[in-house]
Amino acid sequence: MPFLEHLSLGQYVPTQSFVHSLDPRAKILSAIALITSVFLASTSLWPYFLWFVVLIAISALSKLSLKTIMASIKPVLILIIFTVLINLLFASGEELFRIFFISITKEGLAASIKMGLRLLFLILFANITMMTTSPIELSDGIESLLSPFKRFHVPAHEFAMMMTIALRFIPTLLDETDKIIKAQLARGADLDSGNLIKRFKAFIPVLVPLFVIVFQRADDLAIAMEARCYRGGIGRSRMKPLRWTLSDGLYLLTVLLTCASGVVLDKWVL
Amino acid sequence: MDVEAGWWVSVVGDNGSGKSTLAKHLNALLLPTRGVCFVLGNDTKDSSLHWEIRKNVSMVFQNPENQIVASVVEEEVAFGPENLGLSSEEIKGRVNWALDVTGLAEFAQKPTYALSGGQKQRLALAGALAMKPKCIVLDEATSMLDPEGRRDLMEVLKKLHDGGMTVVTITHRVEEILMSDYVAVLGQGKLTFYGRLGDVLEDSKLVEFGIKEPAIFRFCRDLKTRGLLDDEVFPRAEDMAENVVQKLCR
Repeated sequence: MPFLEHLSLGQYVPTQSFVHSLDPRAKILSAIALITSVFLASTSLWPYFLWFVVLIAISALSKLSLKTIMASIKPVLILIIFTVLINLLFASGEELFRIFFISITKEGLAASIKMGLRLLFLILFANITMMTTSPIELSDGIESLLSPFKRFHVPAHEFAMMMTIALRFIPTLLDETDKIIKAQLARGADLDSGNLIKRFKAFIPVLVPLFVIVFQRADDLAIAMEARCYRGGIGRSRMKPLRWTLSDGLYLLTVLLTCASGVVLDKWVL
Repeated sequence: MDVEAGWWVSVVGDNGSGKSTLAKHLNALLLPTRGVCFVLGNDTKDSSLHWEIRKNVSMVFQNPENQIVASVVEEEVAFGPENLGLSSEEIKGRVNWALDVTGLAEFAQKPTYALSGGQKQRLALAGALAMKPKCIVLDEATSMLDPEGRRDLMEVLKKLHDGGMTVVTITHRVEEILMSDYVAVLGQGKLTFYGRLGDVLEDSKLVEFGIKEPAIFRFCRDLKTRGLLDDEVFPRAEDMAENVVQKLCR
């Protein structure tokens, strides 16, 4: 499957480590806390050193090299650069220097560095969670975290099941798309020449059969699930139920304290 | 058409003769528009009994790709038992057993998309077996297997059948009916024949129903007319060989 090699959606790196063995809920909540605090603490630059230390600590505990973690930002690097440039070029304030007609301001420089770092840490903290948590654990964790909201009609189980099935079908549908593209190419379709609109139009003969196949598969899968006694989350048990242990609590507490101290120091002390 | 507990029934017929439709009635996935269908004494029209019926009658469909729910092999096998609300230990036990029986134990932690077509079909069977059903219905579930894989699967089914499981196989491979006790022949949505395997093989009844016989059937009949084979021998290669050798030794 040539498509799959470039697919970084399933970023999970299976190894045995402390972070890998943690309850997915602890990791999801930590990631949320870290990302929130990265966005809250922004008056000065120094909290980013703290987040960097946290990142190094997690990478050590998860036996993932800093290089592997850093490599995971590659697909979104363009987005970060773009954000930095926009902030740098289109800010008003005290002018530092000027290149032709573009003026670089002091405020613009500060904002672009902060914005770039924020985005960088947002992606790094999200990625490190994905790299240490298998997709199944992740959807189990989300289901469990959303379950208190069931009384407000939040479809926690359905959401998690949708995620599981979506992840399961990504390789299948990529394979299918590959096959359709080859079949259309074999019949003389020209998929990669002309302008954007022309290319999109040429792609329609690929999309139509793909959608037909997706609906057919969805129908078959629904029947097969029903045949295996599936009736939503009611009365369903798990082969590997989530277990919250002391180390999960300690990990989450440490992360929360670090986040809180970062925000407090940034806002009120320094 | 009656199927008693512990029987092995083959359903044969041309494309569009209604084999798959019949199979889906056995699991209450389709309900009869006319007539009635009782599974384990439960009328399939009563939707409150569907759960009970599906717990006891497992189905394996033709295309394994469209019935795999999870991305990891053992999670996939666990899906059915999880729906039954069993304990974690019980589910693990069943998953290990089903993977062992279908020869997939070494793939337990593998992603499901990395399996071959034949392995996926065995995985679908493992998923059905993990429900520990009283009856298993296979809707052309051997179509993607190579001859060896098909033979292995048939061996698995034979073992389960010997252990008392009712087996219904829907097939268009006439060779496969040789394992069964009873044969149902469908044609244009109607049951044209239902009886013992011996009866359908006698007098080449299959040809009468418009079903093409495999070469081994004709070969067997040929040997019988030449007196090289006893009349009661089924056209299985092993049985025939054994009988011929016995005859020659005599």
